[in-house]
Amino acid sequence: MKNLVAFPLLALAVILQSSVISQVKLLSGYADLPMLMIASWALQERVKSAWHWAALGCALIGFVSHMPWFILLVGYCAVVFIAQTFQKRVWQAPLLAMFSVTFIGTLVVHLFTFAALRVLGTPFAFADVIGLITLPSLLLNMLFSIPIYTFMRDLARWVYPPEEYE
Amino acid sequence: MNSRTLQTTIIFLVVGGILALALGGFFGGASRQVSSVWIETQTWISSRYVGFQDFVAAPRDITSLRARNAELEAEVSRLQTQVIELQQRVNQTDILAALVDFSRSNPESAYKAAAVIGRDPSPFLHYIIINRGSNDDIQRGMPVVTNQGLVGRVDAVIADAARVQLITDPASSVNVYLQNAKTDAVLLGSVTGDVSLDMISQNAAVQGGDLILTSGLGGGYPANLIVGQVVTLRNLQFELFQQATVQPAVDFTRLEIVLVITNFRPVDITPLVP
Repeated sequence: MKNLVAFPLLALAVILQSSVISQVKLLSGYADLPMLMIASWALQERVKSAWHWAALGCALIGFVSHMPWFILLVGYCAVVFIAQTFQKRVWQAPLLAMFSVTFIGTLVVHLFTFAALRVLGTPFAFADVIGLITLPSLLLNMLFSIPIYTFMRDLARWVYPPEEYE
Repeated sequence: MNSRTLQTTIIFLVVGGILALALGGFFGGASRQVSSVWIETQTWISSRYVGFQDFVAAPRDITSLRARNAELEAEVSRLQTQVIELQQRVNQTDILAALVDFSRSNPESAYKAAAVIGRDPSPFLHYIIINRGSNDDIQRGMPVVTNQGLVGRVDAVIADAARVQLITDPASSVNVYLQNAKTDAVLLGSVTGDVSLDMISQNAAVQGGDLILTSGLGGGYPANLIVGQVVTLRNLQFELFQQATVQPAVDFTRLEIVLVITNFRPVDITPLVP
């Protein structure tokens, strides 16, 4: 039941993303709060609901954004996949795993978004996207990743307490 | 009167007389010495008493002063909050006054004011979210303006909110008219938020500072809405059209309140497109 905290939490993240984070720009890029939350959630050892969180995040962002839902779905599922892969291999250094997932996840999400929007007819220049959106967003995501990881780790301990797990 | 009473009376009179003479200055130096000892003693005792009184009373004063200080600090922060709120109201009132002026000077259109409550979560897209929706008769395709000029058009609507595509969005294109050059062009957005003109005829004499208005072609926007000004022109002889960079009339980073033109119905020309 505690997993239902995903609904208010991701809704709050999307609201913050739309009203606050999107105003904190570096060049034309900004951080992706829901993606960071999903990535850090998927990195937690006991968490088994990361895919649900990704789907819910996509649904909530798709409700607000003009971005087609399948782009978000594929991007966020890719982030969960990367996070779970790292969680199994770099489990002794969670912050390193979080940095790695943030780095690769941001690149994957942005590259997929760029490719999909290009196919759908939006004229983007690759150099502009990399220089003005992806790299600044990457930097901001890295900055935000540590506090979000800490918060999500505490939340995972609350949702999946050790005694319940064992 | 018995002898004891008489004795007491005489003593009182003598002592009183001596005191009167001393206070009257008749005893000279002796009187001054006595009075100075008196005054010094009284000063010493008085200063010690004041010190003791301060020592005893000070904690109570500090407590009351701290309480008073806390009260005043709370009052100051309340007033500061009030000042900020009033400044925000003044700003909003200024914006609304400008928008009212704009709507009065353009009476052919019906407007509905809306506050900007968010932006698209994706940095790839340039959309805003406003707090008016289908409950306020907002429909898809309605143009959105400010007193400065064109902002964009409504892209999606729910009951109490709507999403607006800005003219700076990379997928946005607006048919415009260059007033001085008397020629049509297309205004395009970009990923950086800059806007540019394309499809300007090679024969058109466009100059920096030329005013750009919506042309109304295509039925997406009403005609004669201010869009911006030409900044620089790029004219290459081997290209079919000229291009130009544009300074938008609207500051898209500071959008707070916008007007939706509610009496404009966009024309869907999709079936006519080959």
